[in-house]
Amino acid sequence: MTRGRLARNAIMTGVFSVAGWVAIVFIFLIFIFTFKETLPIFTDPEVKKEANLEAFFTKAQPGPTLAERYVWQPTSEVPKVSLIPIILGTLKATIVGLLFACPIGVAAALFSSEFAPPKLREVIKPCIELLAGIPSVVMGFFALIVLATWLQKAFGFVYRLNAINAGLALGFALLPIVYTISEDGLAAVPRAHREASYALGATRFQTAWRVVMPAAAPAIFASFVLAFGRAIGETMILLMAGGNAAITSFSLTDPLRTLSATIAAEMGEVVVGSAHYATLFFMGTLLFVVTFISNTFGQMVIRGMQRRMQGAKA
Amino acid sequence: MNRIGDRIAITTLALSVVLILAILIVIIGNIVIHGAGALSWEFVSQPPRAGLTEGGIFPAIVGTAALVILMTIAAVPLGVATAIYLHEYTPAEGLALAWARFRASKNRPGRRKLFLRALSALLATITRSAVANLAGVPSIVFGLFGLGFFIQFVGRAIDRATQEPGEVVWGQGSLLWAACTLALLTLPTVIVATEEALRTVPQDLREASLALGATQWETIRRVVLPGSLPGILTGAILGISRGAGEVAPILFTGAAYYLPFLPHRITDQFMHLGYHVLILSTQSPDVEATKPLLYGTVFVLLALTFLLNLTGVVIRSRTRSRLKTS
Amino acid sequence: MNTNAKISVRDFNFFYGESKVLHGIDIDIPEKEVTAFIGPSGCGKSTFLRSINRMNDIIPGARVEGRLTIDGQDLYAPNVDVVSLRRRVGMVFQKSNPFPKSIYENIAYGLRIGGLRDRKKIDEIVERSLHRAALWGEVKDRLNASALALSGGQQQRLCIARALAVDPDVLLMDEPASALDPIATQKIEELVYELKTNYTIVIVTHNMQQAARVSDRTAFFMLGKLVEYRDTRTLFTTPAEKLTEDYITGRFG
Repeated sequence: MTRGRLARNAIMTGVFSVAGWVAIVFIFLIFIFTFKETLPIFTDPEVKKEANLEAFFTKAQPGPTLAERYVWQPTSEVPKVSLIPIILGTLKATIVGLLFACPIGVAAALFSSEFAPPKLREVIKPCIELLAGIPSVVMGFFALIVLATWLQKAFGFVYRLNAINAGLALGFALLPIVYTISEDGLAAVPRAHREASYALGATRFQTAWRVVMPAAAPAIFASFVLAFGRAIGETMILLMAGGNAAITSFSLTDPLRTLSATIAAEMGEVVVGSAHYATLFFMGTLLFVVTFISNTFGQMVIRGMQRRMQGAKA
Repeated sequence: MNRIGDRIAITTLALSVVLILAILIVIIGNIVIHGAGALSWEFVSQPPRAGLTEGGIFPAIVGTAALVILMTIAAVPLGVATAIYLHEYTPAEGLALAWARFRASKNRPGRRKLFLRALSALLATITRSAVANLAGVPSIVFGLFGLGFFIQFVGRAIDRATQEPGEVVWGQGSLLWAACTLALLTLPTVIVATEEALRTVPQDLREASLALGATQWETIRRVVLPGSLPGILTGAILGISRGAGEVAPILFTGAAYYLPFLPHRITDQFMHLGYHVLILSTQSPDVEATKPLLYGTVFVLLALTFLLNLTGVVIRSRTRSRLKTS
Repeated sequence: MNTNAKISVRDFNFFYGESKVLHGIDIDIPEKEVTAFIGPSGCGKSTFLRSINRMNDIIPGARVEGRLTIDGQDLYAPNVDVVSLRRRVGMVFQKSNPFPKSIYENIAYGLRIGGLRDRKKIDEIVERSLHRAALWGEVKDRLNASALALSGGQQQRLCIARALAVDPDVLLMDEPASALDPIATQKIEELVYELKTNYTIVIVTHNMQQAARVSDRTAFFMLGKLVEYRDTRTLFTTPAEKLTEDYITGRFG
């Protein structure tokens, strides 16, 4: 009987050990298989004619009589595949989103952690979680149908769907990330620091602003980095509310296209194995690499912060 | 003087909270007000008609439910197993300490064991890092992976092995592959929540079980898992609520905007609430006419995800408060 | 009422919610002397100490009855500005709690929140405070280094310097050396002895030998009541109360 039990134990140990590799294996697989479909850009001469690193980053003529500029028109007679307008669109939306979410998220976290009575905190946290629970397709819907109209009425935009509309909706989705991680960091600042500050005759705000917030700076910074990663990769909101125009423009009142939205919009109609297909996968690989780096960086900051907090206690 | 400056500053901070709450209320309020009106028995039990401008969303509800069930079957056991590995089979002391102990054990017996322990700690650290990175992968990249790996690679391979040449059964978008893709996406949520649940089981219980002669697996099965079930349940539900709302990963792995039949095999395509919202919003020829249907669909989708989210949060807070009193 | 007393307390009661923690404390603490509070754990000596700079205010459910005055001014009167009170009455905690900032910034903190901006003046006061805390020699070359890099004893002296920088009249010390080794403890005790020429010091300690070495007057607390209060030598050699005698001879506590 004991042999059966030992055998079962050994089998389950094996099962769990294999399961432990799952995450690592799949991260690798995701990278490999996304990158695999972009290889033709570097290896297949047919594909290389159309889609190559040079074409991605240089100007072309959108039409026979038009001046040269960065242009994304992969399906026209002469395909033009400059990624510049799309990357620009991604950056515009991300910046607007972060500019909205970071200050407001940190301010709310500071209030919640240092000034709100405990009962109020019990109300704020679930509300933030509710906001985080809104699927991005719903947020995109709201921005497309409702927010865009309000903004246009208020500011008289020429284009209803533009970078501000999309960036703002993106900001709504980023708020919970900034709030949650910043608030965790603020709450983790040891009580001793606050007491020392009060004993020196500081007010509550002075203590919160000059002692607690600087002590939580790594967490706050990490929240920005993670929000950045989320913003770069966000698809639905920007697909539905951004206006879907891959144009090279620095204006925030113009419509835009992001990397993820382009993949989402065009992958459905693309021929497997074509240059367009490989280009879309190239964008996907780019997204993966950027978010991977940014997330690893954010993780490192959080781990460093945890270590420092323990050091302060010891 | 100080006091006034303080008051202003704190009020400004409070305003940011008010702003966030206002955003939440406006969004939800808008959807509830315009969407509740479209609800009716017909709406949830009938398929759409007349070019998606009339009828109901029954097939989308069925499709979403089928997808979510398959996703759960794929994600939860695997996620729980990974978490069990991380928490029960790797050293608790972390890589730095495990390595330090190995370095300090020169010329002493048990060195090999300490080395293996440090290696295991290293693997655990890398795995946790991989889980965190998996959580940060953009959802559209999951969709690309679903297309490039599950459909083009695995699916095609299955077709080559089991079907007539040229027949495509497994190598295309379907419930199965969409569920697998979504399962990957929700894996980190399940893993993290399960680990948290495992942590709540006191170490003494494990030691007591082992001291009575139970194997590690028996301890896990009879002591650890029952004790951490609420937390695991929470993680599963939170993961499900996230997966139910994601659209980007299923765009090219099986979602369709109009199908004349309900899906009845895992290799079938399916309609989906979120995907329906996307199509109705961006590709209907007459947005005004579809608005009521659109709002109704959004309402149902939001209600579904919120219900799941709420259930998970309630279970989690009940478990936490039970722990505090014990 | 002793008009020489810096701190005067009459019938002082303290409540945490429903439970009464301090009962009818009457005490006059003289100026520019060291007064020690001793007593077994939980006797209320730390609570009473923290009442003097109203640090108990931040605990929800804390309530006070009675009169506690400094220089004749009732601290618990309705319109008292707690913030400026805490500048007049400094505090050093049991476990040193320097801010995660540089040594310089730790000491400059109290000055900056008071509105002082003149860099030169701040430099002056930082140096003077470090001298007064007998720390200047050890840190003068690394004022910008992190305060957390200092040893436990140095950190505690830094906290003393930080408290001195805002120029208080009274310094409250809650078991300042209990977390330190004997050598660091000795340094703190010498410091306390020097400081009393300029500051009124109240020190809570569970170490009776320390109280005997360092203080001029000693107050013995038990179960929230003040049992005996007299000059240190008399209290330790011929105490008036039996409870006091039992405590200092080690029968309990």
